[in-house]
Amino acid sequence: MTTSTNSTSSRSDRSPTGLPLWWKQTRKAFLPPLFGIGGFLLFWQLSATLGLTKLAGPLSLFTEERTRELLFYPFFDRGGLDKGLFLHAMNSLSRVALGYTLAAVVGIAVGIAVGLNKALDRALDPLFQFLRMVAPLAWVPIALVLFQNNQPAAIFVIFVTSIWPILINTAEGVRQIPQDYRNVALVLQMSNRNFFTKVLIPSALPYIFTGLRISIGLAWLAIIAAEIVMPGTPGIGFFIWDAYQNSYVSDIILGVIWIGAIGLLLDRLMVWLQNRIAAGQ
Amino acid sequence: MPTPDTLARSHAAAGAAAAAQSPLLRFEQLSKVYATPRGPYPVLADINLEVNRGEFVCVIGHSGCGKSTLLNMVSGFATPSSGQVLLDGQPIRLPGPDRMVVFQGYALLPWMTAYDNVHLAIDAVKPQLSEHQKREIAMEHLAMVGLTAAADKRITQLSGGMKQRVAIARALAIRPQVLILDEPFGALDAITKEELQEELLTIWNTQKCTVLMITHDIDEALFLADRLVMMTNGPAAGIGEVLSIDFPRPRSREDIMEDPRYYELRNQALDFLYNRFAHDADAAP
Repeated sequence: MTTSTNSTSSRSDRSPTGLPLWWKQTRKAFLPPLFGIGGFLLFWQLSATLGLTKLAGPLSLFTEERTRELLFYPFFDRGGLDKGLFLHAMNSLSRVALGYTLAAVVGIAVGIAVGLNKALDRALDPLFQFLRMVAPLAWVPIALVLFQNNQPAAIFVIFVTSIWPILINTAEGVRQIPQDYRNVALVLQMSNRNFFTKVLIPSALPYIFTGLRISIGLAWLAIIAAEIVMPGTPGIGFFIWDAYQNSYVSDIILGVIWIGAIGLLLDRLMVWLQNRIAAGQ
Repeated sequence: MPTPDTLARSHAAAGAAAAAQSPLLRFEQLSKVYATPRGPYPVLADINLEVNRGEFVCVIGHSGCGKSTLLNMVSGFATPSSGQVLLDGQPIRLPGPDRMVVFQGYALLPWMTAYDNVHLAIDAVKPQLSEHQKREIAMEHLAMVGLTAAADKRITQLSGGMKQRVAIARALAIRPQVLILDEPFGALDAITKEELQEELLTIWNTQKCTVLMITHDIDEALFLADRLVMMTNGPAAGIGEVLSIDFPRPRSREDIMEDPRYYELRNQALDFLYNRFAHDADAAP
Protein backbone atom coordinates (compact mmCIF):
# COMPACT_ATOMS: atom_id res chain seq x y z
CA MET A 1 0.00 0.00 0.00
CA THR A 2 2.70 2.41 1.01
CA THR A 3 4.72 1.82 -2.08
CA SER A 4 1.74 2.24 -4.36
CA THR A 5 0.81 5.53 -2.70
CA ASN A 6 4.36 6.66 -3.06
CA SER A 7 4.53 5.79 -6.71
CA THR A 8 1.22 7.55 -7.38
CA SER A 9 2.33 10.70 -5.65
CA SER A 10 5.71 10.67 -7.35
CA ARG A 11 3.97 10.23 -10.72
CA SER A 12 1.63 13.13 -9.99
CA ASP A 13 4.68 15.21 -9.09
CA ARG A 14 6.04 14.82 -12.56
CA SER A 15 2.82 15.14 -14.54
CA PRO A 16 -0.14 16.53 -12.60
CA THR A 17 -3.66 15.48 -13.48
CA GLY A 18 -7.10 16.82 -12.61
CA LEU A 19 -7.31 20.20 -10.96
CA PRO A 20 -3.54 20.80 -10.63
CA LEU A 21 -3.14 20.07 -14.35
CA TRP A 22 -5.94 22.47 -15.22
CA TRP A 23 -4.32 25.13 -13.04
CA LYS A 24 -0.94 24.56 -14.64
CA GLN A 25 -2.39 24.89 -18.12
CA THR A 26 -4.57 27.94 -17.45
CA ARG A 27 -2.03 29.74 -15.29
CA LYS A 28 0.08 30.81 -18.23
CA ALA A 29 -2.92 31.87 -20.28
CA PHE A 30 -4.81 33.81 -17.63
CA LEU A 31 -2.40 35.20 -15.08
CA PRO A 32 -0.49 37.66 -17.32
CA PRO A 33 -3.61 39.35 -18.74
CA LEU A 34 -5.11 39.41 -15.24
CA PHE A 35 -2.03 41.20 -13.93
CA GLY A 36 -1.97 43.49 -16.92
CA ILE A 37 -5.57 44.59 -16.60
CA GLY A 38 -5.40 44.73 -12.79
CA GLY A 39 -2.25 46.85 -12.93
CA PHE A 40 -3.81 49.22 -15.43
CA LEU A 41 -6.96 49.66 -13.31
CA LEU A 42 -4.88 50.20 -10.18
CA PHE A 43 -2.75 52.85 -11.89
CA TRP A 44 -5.87 54.56 -13.22
CA GLN A 45 -7.61 54.51 -9.85
CA LEU A 46 -4.53 55.81 -8.05
CA SER A 47 -3.98 58.66 -10.48
CA ALA A 48 -7.66 59.62 -10.10
CA THR A 49 -7.62 59.39 -6.30
CA LEU A 50 -4.36 61.32 -6.04
CA GLY A 51 -5.83 64.01 -8.29
CA LEU A 52 -3.26 63.54 -11.07
CA THR A 53 -6.08 63.57 -13.66
CA LYS A 54 -9.58 64.96 -13.69
CA LEU A 55 -10.87 61.64 -15.08
CA ALA A 56 -12.79 59.60 -12.54
CA GLY A 57 -11.26 56.27 -11.59
CA PRO A 58 -12.78 52.85 -12.34
CA LEU A 59 -14.20 52.63 -8.85
CA SER A 60 -16.53 55.51 -9.74
CA LEU A 61 -18.62 52.92 -11.58
CA PHE A 62 -19.62 51.66 -8.16
CA THR A 63 -19.37 54.77 -6.05
CA GLU A 64 -21.56 56.99 -8.26
CA GLU A 65 -25.09 55.90 -7.49
CA ARG A 66 -26.46 56.75 -10.96
CA THR A 67 -23.70 54.77 -12.66
CA ARG A 68 -23.98 51.87 -10.26
CA GLU A 69 -27.63 51.53 -11.14
CA LEU A 70 -26.80 51.57 -14.85
CA LEU A 71 -24.08 49.00 -14.28
CA PHE A 72 -26.23 46.50 -12.39
CA TYR A 73 -29.53 46.99 -14.23
CA PRO A 74 -28.82 46.93 -17.96
CA PHE A 75 -32.34 45.81 -18.91
CA PHE A 76 -34.62 48.43 -17.31
CA ASP A 77 -36.85 50.45 -19.58
CA ARG A 78 -38.68 53.47 -18.21
CA GLY A 79 -39.64 54.60 -21.66
CA GLY A 80 -38.09 57.24 -23.92
CA LEU A 81 -34.37 57.61 -23.43
CA ASP A 82 -34.37 56.29 -19.90
CA LYS A 83 -33.26 52.77 -20.64
CA GLY A 84 -30.70 50.25 -19.49
CA LEU A 85 -27.42 50.07 -21.39
CA PHE A 86 -28.26 46.70 -22.90
CA LEU A 87 -31.25 48.23 -24.62
CA HIS A 88 -29.18 51.21 -25.77
CA ALA A 89 -26.63 48.78 -27.15
CA MET A 90 -29.30 46.76 -28.96
CA ASN A 91 -30.55 49.92 -30.64
CA SER A 92 -27.03 50.74 -31.74
CA LEU A 93 -26.41 47.18 -32.92
CA SER A 94 -29.47 47.13 -35.12
CA ARG A 95 -28.35 50.44 -36.64
CA VAL A 96 -24.86 49.03 -37.21
CA ALA A 97 -26.35 45.83 -38.63
CA LEU A 98 -28.27 47.83 -41.21
CA GLY A 99 -25.35 50.04 -42.26
CA TYR A 100 -22.93 47.11 -42.25
CA THR A 101 -25.21 44.83 -44.27
CA LEU A 102 -25.60 47.57 -46.86
CA ALA A 103 -21.84 48.04 -46.91
CA ALA A 104 -21.31 44.28 -47.32
CA VAL A 105 -23.79 43.98 -50.21
CA VAL A 106 -22.57 47.07 -52.07
CA GLY A 107 -18.91 46.46 -51.18
CA ILE A 108 -18.88 42.86 -52.42
CA ALA A 109 -20.84 43.71 -55.59
CA VAL A 110 -18.69 46.72 -56.52
CA GLY A 111 -15.55 44.87 -55.42
CA ILE A 112 -16.30 42.02 -57.84
CA ALA A 113 -17.06 44.46 -60.67
CA VAL A 114 -13.83 46.35 -60.03
CA GLY A 115 -11.83 43.14 -59.67
CA LEU A 116 -13.08 41.80 -63.00
CA ASN A 117 -12.85 45.01 -65.01
CA LYS A 118 -9.42 46.62 -65.25
CA ALA A 119 -10.71 49.86 -66.79
CA LEU A 120 -13.29 50.28 -64.05
CA ASP A 121 -10.58 49.51 -61.49
CA ARG A 122 -8.28 52.21 -62.85
CA ALA A 123 -11.16 54.68 -62.99
CA LEU A 124 -12.39 54.16 -59.44
CA ASP A 125 -9.42 53.02 -57.40
CA PRO A 126 -7.99 56.52 -56.70
CA LEU A 127 -11.45 57.61 -55.56
CA PHE A 128 -11.78 54.64 -53.20
CA GLN A 129 -8.30 55.12 -51.81
CA PHE A 130 -9.13 58.76 -51.12
CA LEU A 131 -12.57 58.24 -49.62
CA ARG A 132 -11.48 55.47 -47.29
CA MET A 133 -9.15 57.89 -45.50
CA VAL A 134 -12.02 60.18 -44.49
CA ALA A 135 -12.84 59.82 -40.79
CA PRO A 136 -16.37 58.84 -39.66
CA LEU A 137 -16.94 62.19 -37.95
CA ALA A 138 -16.11 64.07 -41.15
CA TRP A 139 -18.93 62.22 -42.88
CA VAL A 140 -21.52 63.43 -40.37
CA PRO A 141 -22.18 66.91 -41.79
CA ILE A 142 -22.02 65.58 -45.34
CA ALA A 143 -24.51 62.85 -44.47
CA LEU A 144 -26.87 65.35 -42.86
CA VAL A 145 -26.78 67.65 -45.89
CA LEU A 146 -27.15 64.68 -48.20
CA PHE A 147 -30.14 63.07 -46.51
CA GLN A 148 -31.72 65.95 -44.53
CA ASN A 149 -32.85 63.31 -42.08
CA ASN A 150 -31.16 61.82 -39.02
CA GLN A 151 -31.97 58.14 -39.38
CA PRO A 152 -30.66 57.60 -42.95
CA ALA A 153 -27.73 59.92 -42.22
CA ALA A 154 -26.65 57.72 -39.30
CA ILE A 155 -26.93 54.56 -41.41
CA PHE A 156 -24.97 56.29 -44.15
CA VAL A 157 -22.12 57.19 -41.79
CA ILE A 158 -21.82 53.53 -40.72
CA PHE A 159 -22.10 52.40 -44.33
CA VAL A 160 -19.50 54.78 -45.70
CA THR A 161 -17.05 54.04 -42.88
CA SER A 162 -17.21 50.29 -43.20
CA ILE A 163 -17.55 49.70 -46.95
CA TRP A 164 -13.94 50.29 -48.02
CA PRO A 165 -12.17 47.26 -46.55
CA ILE A 166 -14.92 45.00 -47.92
CA LEU A 167 -14.74 46.58 -51.36
CA ILE A 168 -10.97 46.71 -51.60
CA ASN A 169 -10.44 43.17 -50.28
CA THR A 170 -13.12 41.69 -52.52
CA ALA A 171 -11.58 43.37 -55.56
CA GLU A 172 -8.17 42.03 -54.58
CA GLY A 173 -9.60 38.55 -54.05
CA VAL A 174 -11.10 38.58 -57.54
CA ARG A 175 -7.86 39.89 -59.05
CA GLN A 176 -5.96 37.11 -57.28
CA ILE A 177 -7.99 34.29 -58.85
CA PRO A 178 -5.22 32.19 -60.38
CA GLN A 179 -4.96 32.31 -64.16
CA ASP A 180 -5.13 28.51 -64.08
CA TYR A 181 -8.70 28.61 -62.76
CA ARG A 182 -9.67 31.15 -65.42
CA ASN A 183 -8.10 28.94 -68.09
CA VAL A 184 -10.06 25.92 -66.86
CA ALA A 185 -13.25 27.99 -67.10
CA LEU A 186 -12.25 29.08 -70.62
CA VAL A 187 -11.42 25.63 -71.94
CA LEU A 188 -14.62 24.16 -70.44
CA GLN A 189 -16.55 27.15 -71.82
CA MET A 190 -18.14 27.45 -68.41
CA SER A 191 -21.26 29.60 -68.25
CA ASN A 192 -20.90 32.96 -66.51
CA ARG A 193 -23.18 31.77 -63.76
CA ASN A 194 -21.15 28.64 -63.16
CA PHE A 195 -17.90 30.59 -63.21
CA PHE A 196 -19.33 33.01 -60.70
CA THR A 197 -20.67 30.50 -58.21
CA LYS A 198 -18.18 27.66 -58.65
CA VAL A 199 -14.92 29.53 -59.23
CA LEU A 200 -15.04 33.25 -58.51
CA ILE A 201 -16.87 33.34 -55.18
CA PRO A 202 -15.13 30.36 -53.54
CA SER A 203 -11.75 31.57 -54.75
CA ALA A 204 -12.24 35.13 -53.47
CA LEU A 205 -14.03 34.10 -50.27
CA PRO A 206 -11.04 34.28 -47.90
CA TYR A 207 -10.33 37.83 -49.08
CA ILE A 208 -13.98 38.82 -48.77
CA PHE A 209 -14.02 37.55 -45.20
CA THR A 210 -10.89 39.47 -44.30
CA GLY A 211 -12.65 42.61 -45.52
CA LEU A 212 -15.83 41.75 -43.63
CA ARG A 213 -13.88 41.25 -40.43
CA ILE A 214 -12.00 44.54 -40.64
CA SER A 215 -15.21 46.31 -41.54
CA ILE A 216 -17.32 45.10 -38.67
CA GLY A 217 -14.86 46.74 -36.32
CA LEU A 218 -15.02 49.96 -38.28
CA ALA A 219 -18.82 49.89 -38.44
CA TRP A 220 -18.98 49.61 -34.69
CA LEU A 221 -16.37 52.36 -34.27
CA ALA A 222 -18.55 54.65 -36.36
CA ILE A 223 -21.53 54.27 -34.01
CA ILE A 224 -20.69 57.30 -31.86
CA ALA A 225 -20.20 59.50 -34.90
CA ALA A 226 -23.43 58.16 -36.34
CA GLU A 227 -25.49 58.70 -33.20
CA ILE A 228 -24.22 62.20 -32.50
CA VAL A 229 -26.45 63.24 -35.39
CA MET A 230 -29.45 61.50 -33.81
CA PRO A 231 -30.30 63.30 -30.59
CA GLY A 232 -33.37 61.92 -28.88
CA THR A 233 -33.02 58.34 -30.08
CA PRO A 234 -31.71 55.61 -27.82
CA GLY A 235 -28.30 54.17 -28.62
CA ILE A 236 -24.97 53.65 -26.92
CA GLY A 237 -23.32 56.44 -28.93
CA PHE A 238 -26.07 58.84 -28.00
CA PHE A 239 -25.83 57.69 -24.38
CA ILE A 240 -22.15 58.61 -24.24
CA TRP A 241 -22.69 61.91 -26.02
CA ASP A 242 -25.53 62.72 -23.64
CA ALA A 243 -23.48 61.78 -20.58
CA TYR A 244 -20.70 64.05 -21.84
CA GLN A 245 -23.11 66.93 -22.26
CA ASN A 246 -24.18 66.39 -18.63
CA SER A 247 -20.61 65.84 -17.39
CA TYR A 248 -21.47 62.36 -16.06
CA VAL A 249 -17.89 61.12 -16.43
CA SER A 250 -18.44 57.73 -14.81
CA ASP A 251 -21.37 57.11 -17.19
CA ILE A 252 -19.07 57.78 -20.11
CA ILE A 253 -16.60 55.22 -18.77
CA LEU A 254 -19.36 52.65 -18.43
CA GLY A 255 -20.57 53.36 -21.99
CA VAL A 256 -17.03 52.99 -23.32
CA ILE A 257 -16.70 49.63 -21.55
CA TRP A 258 -19.91 48.46 -23.23
CA ILE A 259 -18.65 49.62 -26.64
CA GLY A 260 -15.31 47.89 -26.18
CA ALA A 261 -16.91 44.64 -25.01
CA ILE A 262 -19.40 44.52 -27.86
CA GLY A 263 -16.70 45.36 -30.41
CA LEU A 264 -14.59 42.52 -29.06
CA LEU A 265 -17.55 40.13 -29.26
CA LEU A 266 -18.29 41.17 -32.86
CA ASP A 267 -14.68 40.61 -33.84
CA ARG A 268 -14.61 37.17 -32.19
CA LEU A 269 -17.84 36.31 -33.98
CA MET A 270 -16.28 37.15 -37.34
CA VAL A 271 -13.15 35.14 -36.53
CA TRP A 272 -15.34 32.19 -35.63
CA LEU A 273 -17.32 32.55 -38.87
CA GLN A 274 -14.13 32.96 -40.89
CA ASN A 275 -12.64 29.82 -39.36
CA ARG A 276 -15.79 27.85 -40.10
CA ILE A 277 -15.78 28.99 -43.72
CA ALA A 278 -12.03 28.39 -44.02
CA ALA A 279 -12.48 24.90 -42.60
CA GLY A 280 -15.02 24.35 -45.37
CA GLN A 281 -12.45 25.44 -47.95
CA MET B 1 -21.70 22.51 -116.81
CA PRO B 2 -22.69 21.40 -113.26
CA THR B 3 -25.56 23.23 -111.62
CA PRO B 4 -24.75 25.08 -108.38
CA ASP B 5 -26.72 22.43 -106.53
CA THR B 6 -24.70 19.44 -107.74
CA LEU B 7 -21.53 21.42 -107.29
CA ALA B 8 -22.35 22.02 -103.66
CA ARG B 9 -23.18 18.35 -103.12
CA SER B 10 -20.03 17.05 -104.75
CA HIS B 11 -18.06 19.58 -102.76
CA ALA B 12 -19.59 18.39 -99.52
CA ALA B 13 -18.91 14.77 -100.43
CA ALA B 14 -15.31 15.55 -101.23
CA GLY B 15 -15.03 17.39 -97.92
CA ALA B 16 -16.36 14.42 -95.99
CA ALA B 17 -14.03 12.03 -97.75
CA ALA B 18 -11.11 14.32 -97.08
CA ALA B 19 -12.02 14.57 -93.41
CA ALA B 20 -11.95 10.80 -93.04
CA GLN B 21 -8.46 10.53 -94.48
CA SER B 22 -6.95 13.88 -93.61
CA PRO B 23 -5.12 14.40 -90.32
CA LEU B 24 -7.08 15.59 -87.30
CA LEU B 25 -4.68 18.44 -86.64
CA ARG B 26 -2.76 20.38 -89.22
CA PHE B 27 -0.23 23.11 -88.43
CA GLU B 28 0.17 25.30 -91.52
CA GLN B 29 3.10 27.72 -91.79
CA LEU B 30 2.49 28.58 -88.16
CA SER B 31 4.50 31.32 -86.53
CA LYS B 32 4.21 33.37 -83.39
CA VAL B 33 5.79 36.72 -82.64
CA TYR B 34 5.61 38.30 -79.20
CA ALA B 35 5.79 42.05 -78.80
CA THR B 36 8.44 42.91 -76.21
CA PRO B 37 9.77 46.28 -75.03
CA ARG B 38 12.85 45.61 -77.15
CA GLY B 39 10.81 44.97 -80.25
CA PRO B 40 9.09 41.95 -81.74
CA TYR B 41 10.46 38.60 -80.64
CA PRO B 42 9.76 35.66 -82.96
CA VAL B 43 9.12 32.60 -80.81
CA LEU B 44 8.08 30.11 -83.44
CA ALA B 45 8.51 30.24 -87.20
CA ASP B 46 7.23 28.13 -90.07
CA ILE B 47 5.83 25.20 -88.15
CA ASN B 48 4.30 22.56 -90.39
CA LEU B 49 3.01 19.36 -88.88
CA GLU B 50 0.18 16.93 -89.30
CA VAL B 51 -1.17 14.84 -86.45
CA ASN B 52 -3.41 11.90 -87.22
CA ARG B 53 -6.51 10.93 -85.34
CA GLY B 54 -5.62 8.80 -82.33
CA GLU B 55 -1.94 9.58 -82.55
CA PHE B 56 0.22 10.17 -79.46
CA VAL B 57 2.72 12.93 -80.17
CA CYS B 58 5.35 14.19 -77.76
CA VAL B 59 7.10 17.53 -78.17
CA ILE B 60 10.57 17.97 -76.76
CA GLY B 61 12.99 20.87 -76.80
CA HIS B 62 15.01 23.10 -74.52
CA SER B 63 13.18 25.52 -72.28
CA GLY B 64 12.29 28.74 -74.00
CA CYS B 65 11.91 27.10 -77.40
CA GLY B 66 8.19 27.79 -77.57
CA LYS B 67 6.78 24.31 -76.89
CA SER B 68 4.11 25.71 -74.61
CA THR B 69 3.31 28.46 -77.09
CA LEU B 70 2.89 25.82 -79.77
CA LEU B 71 0.41 23.85 -77.68
CA ASN B 72 -1.35 27.04 -76.56
CA MET B 73 -2.19 27.68 -80.19
CA VAL B 74 -3.87 24.28 -80.30
CA SER B 75 -5.76 24.83 -77.05
CA GLY B 76 -6.70 28.34 -78.21
CA PHE B 77 -5.06 30.26 -75.37
CA ALA B 78 -2.68 31.85 -77.88
CA THR B 79 -3.41 32.96 -81.44
CA PRO B 80 -0.92 32.54 -84.29
CA SER B 81 0.80 35.62 -85.67
CA SER B 82 0.63 34.00 -89.09
CA GLY B 83 -0.40 30.64 -90.42
CA GLN B 84 -2.98 28.55 -88.66
CA VAL B 85 -3.82 25.36 -86.81
CA LEU B 86 -6.68 23.37 -88.29
CA LEU B 87 -8.75 20.92 -86.31
CA ASP B 88 -10.79 18.75 -88.68
CA GLY B 89 -10.21 21.41 -91.34
CA GLN B 90 -11.49 24.24 -89.14
CA PRO B 91 -9.06 26.91 -87.94
CA ILE B 92 -8.74 27.04 -84.15
CA ARG B 93 -9.66 30.40 -82.66
CA LEU B 94 -10.78 29.95 -79.06
CA PRO B 95 -10.32 27.47 -76.22
CA GLY B 96 -12.91 24.73 -76.18
CA PRO B 97 -13.63 21.40 -74.52
CA ASP B 98 -12.81 19.45 -77.71
CA ARG B 99 -9.17 20.29 -76.90
CA MET B 100 -8.90 19.67 -73.19
CA VAL B 101 -5.75 20.64 -71.36
CA VAL B 102 -4.04 18.98 -68.41
CA PHE B 103 -2.39 22.06 -66.96
CA GLN B 104 1.15 22.11 -65.60
CA GLY B 105 0.01 23.10 -62.09
CA TYR B 106 -3.01 20.73 -62.19
CA ALA B 107 -5.42 23.72 -62.05
CA LEU B 108 -7.88 21.87 -59.84
CA LEU B 109 -10.26 23.82 -57.64
CA PRO B 110 -8.83 23.14 -54.17
CA TRP B 111 -12.03 23.83 -52.21
CA MET B 112 -13.77 20.95 -53.98
CA THR B 113 -13.41 17.21 -53.77
CA ALA B 114 -11.81 15.14 -56.52
CA TYR B 115 -15.28 14.02 -57.58
CA ASP B 116 -16.64 17.58 -57.68
CA ASN B 117 -13.77 18.71 -59.88
CA VAL B 118 -14.50 16.01 -62.44
CA HIS B 119 -18.24 16.53 -62.13
CA LEU B 120 -17.90 20.29 -62.67
CA ALA B 121 -16.19 19.69 -66.02
CA ILE B 122 -18.82 17.19 -67.17
CA ASP B 123 -21.56 19.54 -66.00
CA ALA B 124 -20.08 22.47 -67.93
CA VAL B 125 -19.47 20.55 -71.15
CA LYS B 126 -22.48 18.21 -71.21
CA PRO B 127 -25.23 19.95 -69.26
CA GLN B 128 -27.88 17.94 -71.11
CA LEU B 129 -26.89 14.68 -69.41
CA SER B 130 -28.91 13.48 -66.43
CA GLU B 131 -27.39 13.80 -62.99
CA HIS B 132 -27.16 10.02 -62.85
CA GLN B 133 -25.17 9.89 -66.10
CA LYS B 134 -22.86 12.67 -64.96
CA ARG B 135 -22.18 10.82 -61.75
CA GLU B 136 -21.51 7.60 -63.60
CA ILE B 137 -19.06 9.23 -66.02
CA ALA B 138 -17.25 11.00 -63.20
CA MET B 139 -16.89 7.82 -61.13
CA GLU B 140 -15.86 5.80 -64.18
CA HIS B 141 -13.02 8.18 -64.96
CA LEU B 142 -11.92 8.46 -61.35
CA ALA B 143 -11.81 4.66 -61.30
CA MET B 144 -9.61 4.66 -64.42
CA VAL B 145 -6.95 6.60 -62.55
CA GLY B 146 -7.43 4.52 -59.40
CA LEU B 147 -9.09 7.21 -57.31
CA THR B 148 -12.42 5.59 -56.46
CA ALA B 149 -11.56 5.54 -52.77
CA ALA B 150 -10.32 9.13 -52.79
CA ALA B 151 -13.24 10.55 -54.77
CA ASP B 152 -14.67 12.44 -51.82
CA LYS B 153 -11.36 13.79 -50.59
CA ARG B 154 -10.61 17.45 -50.96
CA ILE B 155 -7.88 18.37 -53.43
CA THR B 156 -5.83 19.83 -50.56
CA GLN B 157 -5.72 16.37 -48.96
CA LEU B 158 -4.26 14.73 -52.07
CA SER B 159 -0.61 14.15 -52.98
CA GLY B 160 0.90 15.59 -56.16
CA GLY B 161 0.48 12.32 -58.03
CA MET B 162 -3.15 12.01 -56.98
CA LYS B 163 -3.82 15.60 -58.02
CA GLN B 164 -2.39 14.87 -61.45
CA ARG B 165 -4.62 11.79 -61.63
CA VAL B 166 -7.67 13.92 -60.89
CA ALA B 167 -6.59 16.38 -63.57
CA ILE B 168 -6.28 13.53 -66.08
CA ALA B 169 -9.64 12.06 -65.05
CA ARG B 170 -11.25 15.48 -65.45
CA ALA B 171 -9.69 15.97 -68.87
CA LEU B 172 -10.74 12.58 -70.19
CA ALA B 173 -14.22 12.64 -68.67
CA ILE B 174 -15.36 15.24 -71.20
CA ARG B 175 -14.13 13.06 -74.08
CA PRO B 176 -11.96 15.62 -75.89
CA GLN B 177 -10.81 15.03 -79.46
CA VAL B 178 -7.37 16.24 -78.50
CA LEU B 179 -5.79 15.88 -75.08
CA ILE B 180 -3.08 18.44 -74.42
CA LEU B 181 -0.59 17.78 -71.63
CA ASP B 182 1.99 20.40 -70.69
CA GLU B 183 4.79 18.56 -68.89
CA PRO B 184 2.28 16.71 -66.76
CA PHE B 185 4.71 14.60 -64.77
CA GLY B 186 7.54 17.09 -64.34
CA ALA B 187 6.86 17.77 -60.67
CA LEU B 188 6.44 14.13 -59.63
CA ASP B 189 8.92 11.69 -58.14
CA ALA B 190 10.34 9.00 -60.40
CA ILE B 191 8.14 6.15 -59.17
CA THR B 192 4.87 8.07 -59.29
CA LYS B 193 5.88 9.35 -62.69
CA GLU B 194 6.32 5.85 -64.11
CA GLU B 195 3.03 4.71 -62.61
CA LEU B 196 1.20 7.63 -64.13
CA GLN B 197 2.83 7.12 -67.53
CA GLU B 198 1.56 3.55 -67.53
CA GLU B 199 -1.92 4.61 -66.44
CA LEU B 200 -2.03 7.27 -69.11
CA LEU B 201 -1.10 4.71 -71.76
CA THR B 202 -3.73 2.25 -70.53
CA ILE B 203 -6.46 4.87 -70.66
CA TRP B 204 -5.28 6.18 -74.01
CA ASN B 205 -5.44 2.62 -75.38
CA THR B 206 -9.12 2.42 -74.43
CA GLN B 207 -10.15 5.94 -75.52
CA LYS B 208 -7.84 6.50 -78.47
CA CYS B 209 -8.00 10.26 -78.28
CA THR B 210 -5.27 12.25 -79.94
CA VAL B 211 -2.60 13.32 -77.50
CA LEU B 212 -0.16 16.21 -77.67
CA MET B 213 2.27 16.19 -74.80
CA ILE B 214 5.19 18.40 -73.87
CA THR B 215 7.99 16.64 -72.06
CA HIS B 216 11.59 17.15 -71.03
CA ASP B 217 12.18 13.47 -70.66
CA ILE B 218 13.40 11.47 -73.65
CA ASP B 219 12.62 8.11 -72.02
CA GLU B 220 9.10 9.23 -71.24
CA ALA B 221 8.58 10.25 -74.86
CA LEU B 222 10.00 6.98 -76.18
CA PHE B 223 7.74 4.97 -73.90
CA LEU B 224 4.55 6.90 -74.65
CA ALA B 225 4.64 8.46 -78.09
CA ASP B 226 4.07 7.37 -81.66
CA ARG B 227 6.15 10.28 -82.82
CA LEU B 228 8.57 12.62 -81.09
CA VAL B 229 8.72 16.17 -82.39
CA MET B 230 12.07 17.77 -81.57
CA MET B 231 12.20 21.53 -81.59
CA THR B 232 15.16 23.71 -82.51
CA ASN B 233 16.16 26.53 -80.19
CA GLY B 234 14.56 29.95 -80.29
CA PRO B 235 14.29 32.64 -81.40
CA ALA B 236 12.17 31.58 -84.34
CA ALA B 237 12.23 27.97 -83.20
CA GLY B 238 10.97 25.34 -85.56
CA ILE B 239 10.59 21.60 -85.86
CA GLY B 240 14.09 20.20 -86.23
CA GLU B 241 13.32 16.55 -86.64
CA VAL B 242 10.48 14.13 -86.07
CA LEU B 243 11.27 10.64 -84.77
CA SER B 244 8.86 7.80 -85.47
CA ILE B 245 8.65 5.47 -82.51
CA ASP B 246 7.01 2.32 -83.78
CA PHE B 247 7.32 -0.08 -80.89
CA PRO B 248 4.31 -2.39 -80.85
CA ARG B 249 1.44 -1.58 -78.50
CA PRO B 250 0.49 -2.28 -75.81
CA ARG B 251 3.99 -1.45 -74.66
CA SER B 252 5.85 -2.60 -71.63
CA ARG B 253 8.85 -0.74 -70.32
CA GLU B 254 10.92 -3.94 -70.16
CA ASP B 255 10.28 -4.93 -73.78
CA ILE B 256 11.14 -1.48 -75.04
CA MET B 257 14.36 -1.35 -73.05
CA GLU B 258 15.46 -4.63 -74.61
CA ASP B 259 14.77 -3.43 -78.13
CA PRO B 260 17.99 -2.26 -79.84
CA ARG B 261 16.01 0.40 -81.72
CA TYR B 262 15.31 2.04 -78.35
CA TYR B 263 18.97 3.01 -77.98
CA GLU B 264 19.20 4.14 -81.58
CA LEU B 265 16.24 6.46 -81.08
CA ARG B 266 17.51 7.59 -77.73
CA ASN B 267 20.93 8.42 -79.13
CA GLN B 268 19.35 10.23 -82.03
CA ALA B 269 17.30 12.36 -79.64
CA LEU B 270 20.28 12.97 -77.34
CA ASP B 271 22.45 13.92 -80.28
CA PHE B 272 19.79 16.35 -81.48
CA LEU B 273 19.26 17.98 -78.09
CA TYR B 274 22.82 18.06 -76.77
CA ASN B 275 25.06 18.26 -79.84
CA ARG B 276 23.27 19.68 -82.80
CA PHE B 277 20.91 21.96 -80.86
CA ALA B 278 22.65 22.25 -77.53
CA HIS B 279 21.06 24.73 -75.23
CA ASP B 280 22.34 28.24 -75.80
CA ALA B 281 21.49 30.37 -72.82
CA ASP B 282 21.71 33.61 -74.81
CA ALA B 283 19.06 32.46 -77.22
CA ALA B 284 16.41 32.17 -74.53
CA PRO B 285 14.22 35.23 -74.11
